[in-house]
Amino acid sequence: MLLVPCPWCGERDETEFSYGAEAEVAYPADPSALTDAEWGAWVFFRANPKGPLKERWVHVQGCRRWFGVVRDTATNEFVR
Amino acid sequence: MRFRFDGTEYEGREGETLAAALVRNGVVGGFTSIYLGRPRGVYTADEQEPNALVQVGAEPLLRATLVELEDGLEAMPLAGKGLLVTAPEARRHDARYVHCDVLVVGGGRAGCEAARAASGRVILLEQGPSCELESGEGLQVLTRTVALGLYEGNYVLAAERGRRAWHVRAKRIVLATGALERPELFEDNDRPGVMLAGAVERYRVDGMRAVSGGWSPRVHLWSQAGGRLRWDDRIGAPVPDGELRAVECTGRLTGEGLPEAPPFRLPDGDETTMFVDLERDATVADLRRALGAGLRSVEHVKRYTTVGTGSDQGKTANVNAIRVVAELLGVDPGELGTTTFRPPYLPVSFSLLAGRNRGALFDPARETPIHRWHVQHGAVFENVGQWKRPRYYPLEGERMDAAVLRECAAAREGVAMMDASTLGKIDVQGPDAVTFLNRLYTNAYDSLAVGMCRYGVMCRPDGMVFDDGVVMRVGEERYVCTTTTGNAAPVLNWMEEWLQTEWPELRVWLTSVTEQWATVAVAGPGSRELLQGLTAIPLDRESFPFMGIREGEVAGLPARVCRISFSGELAFEVNVDGRRGLELWEAIQAAGDVTPYGTEAMHVLRAEKAYPIVGQDTDGTVTPQDLGLDWIVSKVKPDFMGKRSFARLDTARPDRKQLVGLLPLDPDALLPEGAQLVDDPDAPPPVPMVGHVTSSYRSAALGRTFALALVKGGRERIGEVVHAPLASPPVAAEIVPMVLYDPENARRDGRPL
Repeated sequence: MLLVPCPWCGERDETEFSYGAEAEVAYPADPSALTDAEWGAWVFFRANPKGPLKERWVHVQGCRRWFGVVRDTATNEFVR
Repeated sequence: MRFRFDGTEYEGREGETLAAALVRNGVVGGFTSIYLGRPRGVYTADEQEPNALVQVGAEPLLRATLVELEDGLEAMPLAGKGLLVTAPEARRHDARYVHCDVLVVGGGRAGCEAARAASGRVILLEQGPSCELESGEGLQVLTRTVALGLYEGNYVLAAERGRRAWHVRAKRIVLATGALERPELFEDNDRPGVMLAGAVERYRVDGMRAVSGGWSPRVHLWSQAGGRLRWDDRIGAPVPDGELRAVECTGRLTGEGLPEAPPFRLPDGDETTMFVDLERDATVADLRRALGAGLRSVEHVKRYTTVGTGSDQGKTANVNAIRVVAELLGVDPGELGTTTFRPPYLPVSFSLLAGRNRGALFDPARETPIHRWHVQHGAVFENVGQWKRPRYYPLEGERMDAAVLRECAAAREGVAMMDASTLGKIDVQGPDAVTFLNRLYTNAYDSLAVGMCRYGVMCRPDGMVFDDGVVMRVGEERYVCTTTTGNAAPVLNWMEEWLQTEWPELRVWLTSVTEQWATVAVAGPGSRELLQGLTAIPLDRESFPFMGIREGEVAGLPARVCRISFSGELAFEVNVDGRRGLELWEAIQAAGDVTPYGTEAMHVLRAEKAYPIVGQDTDGTVTPQDLGLDWIVSKVKPDFMGKRSFARLDTARPDRKQLVGLLPLDPDALLPEGAQLVDDPDAPPPVPMVGHVTSSYRSAALGRTFALALVKGGRERIGEVVHAPLASPPVAAEIVPMVLYDPENARRDGRPL
């Protein structure tokens, strides 16, 4: 089980958290200006690299705050 | 002390294992192999034992080498498999969660050295009954404790005496797990009397044939941790290779100090009695056959021959299997790799893993403040998430169908009441609350006045319905959003996510108030008269419009009353302090002839009005438009969650599944919920499926059965007949408009006072 670094509470068991996929993928400023393909890419596609990935977690059973981390998806180590 | 094995009584000694006592008592054999029925005897003196499997009491598949004798112990030999116990485990199991600086696995010489050298809080796990180190300042020694698995984040799960689970997080882990002796391969190498040399020495027994094929390091935990392995030709076995950040190996695990193994050569003789895996009855001949069938990977050979798949997980077998396969293929064993080492290292009972989280403690049960009354009045409950909700209230000897029809009739013709306290309630406050709600719900809230409420639907960005509920505006900058019972937490999490990650500039604060309010719904044409007797709030049509909110006292309790209806009848939902819900309920009960109704009647009543239930009539692939809720999707708001997706090609196509009503041609036939629908039941397969039934009930108001279904292009197919061919018996039904009861909404205002 991962030990997830919550910036507010410190390291806690993974079971206290929910995962929020890739971070820093902003909601489009004007969805109506996007083509179907562009909108579909935002709704359905996220990066899935082997290696470091910026991602979002929420300490849902703790302080309930969302935060960003960088996790290496190959080693499962939190890089930051 | 005395013990019995296979019906015979023997004398045992303090501190002996069952296997040691059997060997000392001259029991050569006593066991049988799993498939071939060959006689077998105790083969090892430790946890890798493949032969001596016993049942003690209710517990099957224990290794006699690990069972410590107790006076009066009764053991029965098992031929490789046991029967699962059906009775609940009577023994209590416990769990400890600990953190430490250094965790040492293995209490032999190297492990003790590592523990002595370590600083900080140190824990040492030793699977045997004793260890030369004792617990003291900063050091905790756990004997009879086996590490079952090493997981991400330096997390080790261990079992102490099979009774207590230890969950250990360590900053650093030192593996000193030592090595296991391997069998030697020769004709009839499985016969009773053949025993690993180390075991012969431990048992100090004469007359055995002591065999040794060398030693293999216990690399299991290292490998589970993600550590690499390297074939060590000197000892003829894989050893840990490379480095891990926080896990290190020491002692014989590294191969150091292990005797050199002679070069491997396949002996002559009958390979069909040359056993590689004793627990699986798998031989050199089986391995040869697997290679003959063209298999090369050790993982494939394992699955073909079952070598290594026994409850011992091939502890005596796997390395020999690699050596044989390499020899037969004429390759270096290192090229073959190993099969994957997976936890648990030893078999473990589910009850140990469950610990105290069993029965009532498995999952919390949530009860409303009115729960006791429901129990006293014979309610049959259903689980909705963790909530216990009354499903119906049968009278003496009354069946569910009859009870539900009676409860529905009361709501349509008289007065009925329901405990709606489980509905999720989220308090939304702040100057930007209305902007926030406008972005999350499909409809607009700017025009919602204080003291009024509005039905709303929430979608995910993909345009699919996520939840629905009523939004009450209870103040200038304050709203209460209700959610479906099962979605209260997900909706709050969803709101928090957007607020924190995308819209941190919005000044909005969210609080769950589900349990702070008890809610009683009073429904039926007589509800106004009944409730007016309990409150000074004017309930007449003119003073208290549909979707209005009034605050005042009901039955002497401060209350918030909403005129909303989930049945289509005139109805009021009365909210009071959660702690006083029972008082409110009993006061309404005492005020007249009121029938309590449960969730089943609620479902029927709402289905007659085609009010969808999220999660029953929807499944994450249904848009508001599919549900016929176009009226609630704003055409004016520039954007809201899901809006852009409604214009996607797939979401806008006309042949999507749409919610419609179904009336079975036989008014007594009940369509099964979930039934697939087809146009022509006699068409040759594959028969195209045109939809499925989402809700199906008997209706008191309609005097017949009916259903809701999602049917492709259904709204254009009113009057056509579809079939549920797999229902027994098959049911044919006509597609009808989905609102089957009071489509003019004439009943929601009730009778004038």
